Amino acid sequence: MQLHDVWFVLIAVLWIGYFFLEGFDFGIGILTKPLARDTAERRVLINTIGPVWDGNEVWLLTAGGATFAAFPDWYATLFSGFYIPLLVILVCLIVRGVAFEYRAKRPEPRWQRNWEEAIFWTSLIPAFLWGVVFADIVRGVDIDAHKNYVGGFWDLLNPYALLGGLVTLSLFTFHGAVFAALKTVGGIRERARTAALRAGVVTAVLALVFLVWTQGHSGNGRSLAALVVAVLALAGALVANQLGREGWAFVLSGATVVAAVAMLFLALFPNVMPSTLNDGWSLTVTNAASSPYTLKLMTVVAAVFTPLVLLYQGWTYWVFRKRIGVQHIPAGH
Amino acid sequence: MELAIAHETIARWQFGITTVYHFLFVPLTISLAAVVAGLETAWVRTNKEKYFHATKFWGKLFLINIAMGVVTGIVQEFQFGMNWSDYSRFVGDIFGAPLAMEALIAFFFESTFIGLWIFGWDKLPKKLHCACIWMVALGTVLSAYFILAANSWMQHPVGYSIDPATRKARLTDIGAVLFQNTTLTVVAHTLTAAFLTGAAFIVGIASFHLWKAKRRPETADPKKTAAMRTSLRLGLVLAVVFGLGTALSGDSLAKVMFEQQPMKMAAAEALWDTQSPAPFSVFAVGDVGKGHNSVELEVPGILSFLAHSDFSSSVPGVNDTAAAEAARYGGDPKSYIPSIFVTYWGFRLMIGFGMTSFVAGVVGLWTTRKKLFLRPEFRTGETEVPRLMLTPKRELGPSLTAWSWRIGILTMGFPLIANSFGWIFTEMGRQPWAVFGLMTTASAVSPNVSTGTQIGALTTFTLLYAVLAVVEVRLLVKYAKAGPVVTEQPPAVDPSLRGPSTGDDADKPLAFAY
Repeated sequence: MQLHDVWFVLIAVLWIGYFFLEGFDFGIGILTKPLARDTAERRVLINTIGPVWDGNEVWLLTAGGATFAAFPDWYATLFSGFYIPLLVILVCLIVRGVAFEYRAKRPEPRWQRNWEEAIFWTSLIPAFLWGVVFADIVRGVDIDAHKNYVGGFWDLLNPYALLGGLVTLSLFTFHGAVFAALKTVGGIRERARTAALRAGVVTAVLALVFLVWTQGHSGNGRSLAALVVAVLALAGALVANQLGREGWAFVLSGATVVAAVAMLFLALFPNVMPSTLNDGWSLTVTNAASSPYTLKLMTVVAAVFTPLVLLYQGWTYWVFRKRIGVQHIPAGH
Repeated sequence: MELAIAHETIARWQFGITTVYHFLFVPLTISLAAVVAGLETAWVRTNKEKYFHATKFWGKLFLINIAMGVVTGIVQEFQFGMNWSDYSRFVGDIFGAPLAMEALIAFFFESTFIGLWIFGWDKLPKKLHCACIWMVALGTVLSAYFILAANSWMQHPVGYSIDPATRKARLTDIGAVLFQNTTLTVVAHTLTAAFLTGAAFIVGIASFHLWKAKRRPETADPKKTAAMRTSLRLGLVLAVVFGLGTALSGDSLAKVMFEQQPMKMAAAEALWDTQSPAPFSVFAVGDVGKGHNSVELEVPGILSFLAHSDFSSSVPGVNDTAAAEAARYGGDPKSYIPSIFVTYWGFRLMIGFGMTSFVAGVVGLWTTRKKLFLRPEFRTGETEVPRLMLTPKRELGPSLTAWSWRIGILTMGFPLIANSFGWIFTEMGRQPWAVFGLMTTASAVSPNVSTGTQIGALTTFTLLYAVLAVVEVRLLVKYAKAGPVVTEQPPAVDPSLRGPSTGDDADKPLAFAY
């Protein structure tokens, strides 16, 4: 395995980590509307991810930075080509971060309602758009000989990509509902399980169509294996949720995210962004990669610091492992 | 060609607006994290209530501020790919490395431990909780370091070679990138200036509360006064120490820049022609068309000293440097001259605003002293507003007292202005280069992004940032004006890591959370 292959795997791992972690906090954000019955319940939901969402989001920044360092052409083509969806995602992430931090900073109900509204939309929109972006990456887009995306904005919103968006939206909602059931007590926990069942069934239908479509379009043996794992994990998550085994349900909904995103990357390899105009113009792990020196350097840095990050992020989840409910919310918030 | 220029201009405006805006929050984040960490340490060690109240108070302002710093930082990382894709392709091999390191080493640290700090008050043992904010402080400093290393490489590219096949820059020596003198002096200057910024912010808010307590002693709470008095003194000490540090590091940085980017420094001085000895310009009105100043006021020899530590050496001027660059890289000499107006005034406003805060710190430290050189009858207790003492026996008169406190409040944003002008100066002074001597800004933009899309993005960010600025400033003002919540108490029992999980305790509301 050569260094640029290692880095393809590492970047896949970073994106998988991002979707696993921010997946459930997007889900929680989306569920604040249908699941919570009052302000106190919304706050319970927000507090389940309060200590961790910021750390989860850094997985995106690391994925972006690592792509910049390891595959500059991939980074340049992706971000300049998918300008508008990424701009919308950025705006959402900005407003979302501020909303979490500022919502409780004033007591007025209107202030808090506005930020809650913001949390819902800024979780929902990126959850959808990330699916669109990744579906387009796998499907291939119009890339010219200079590695530049030359298609328009509307080309990105093709049926396959829109389906991909719906899959991530429903999958993250499901993942979030399972997380909510795991982290709360009282009525909200029961309703979270019901929500998980509904979102899980919708996800199962959409994801099956999308993953089979992907397999048919750009799949291979390895991606087929990942597809099977994703389907089994999703089925397992639904069963565990019905049995009230919330820990297992979360592990398995997480495994669904991991396997589904892994499948996209396996279908992609050795391309990183296939061109629909000419096979020879596709960006691959070799023609988009950095120099061996940079790759080696970044490998050392990643080998030292990734375990450390996992360790202290894991510790955070352990410190805040207790379930919370409305009784933990101080009056007047 | 017309279109290409507009393209670059819009991308530059977006970069300028988003960066200057982002950097309003960064220095406050860096300095307040360390200040809060210091105050919490003082509380853990002494158990004095005033330190707890000060920790919570500055902690709240810190959190309001860091939220904006973090979210605007995401844009910084992604706009290289969005607006500057040709730049990203050309330098990704080098520039991407410190960016990735920042995320992996610094940003993970900062964001994970900030969550632990905000929500951990009744989950973590005191000392561990305090360690978390130190981790955040360390993360902010590391973050600044990696980003400044990346920026310094654009100012002075080192440790690279140009690949003969792809014509792209290839990293050959990461040590050179991380430890070159440009990086080290820029880091020293930026960090000291960040602490000066926090110092002025703290002095301003503490002055506000103490001045209010002085005017209306009947409504003043002694506990609030105690916390604010400690904060004021801390802020003043920081202003003096880091004001001095900013000046010294600025001087080293200027010397490095005279060597590496003579054009930037000549522009900063509106020094059109090479002179020996070179004078320092206090005031000048430049005439770019003719290449000289129409009005100027100078101090002889000082510029030579700034550049080379002696009063007589030669300093190259704008016209000669432009001619030299044109001879080396080709083209019209005029195209190598950055905006003299912006660099000249940016440089002066940076120094002026920054040093005003330093002077205010020195004066404030002397007038608010508690014991040193002070007659016992003028000394004030921990919970009293300090008298403003000029000599051991003489207090400032009522109107001077009033103005002293007001100056404390009015200068609280001065270093922020200085920081903004500092960045505008350093980035615009590098033009027309994106990477000095290697890549022009014009050739760095994304070729495939339409002008309409860019205008849309620029408008979106400007409007969004403007709205958020209003929200943020209002929140800061609200919390700053309210002052420390002196009814707030630390958790009665030091929480243990095993978690309070017995009986009623389990259903106790979480006091410290969103």
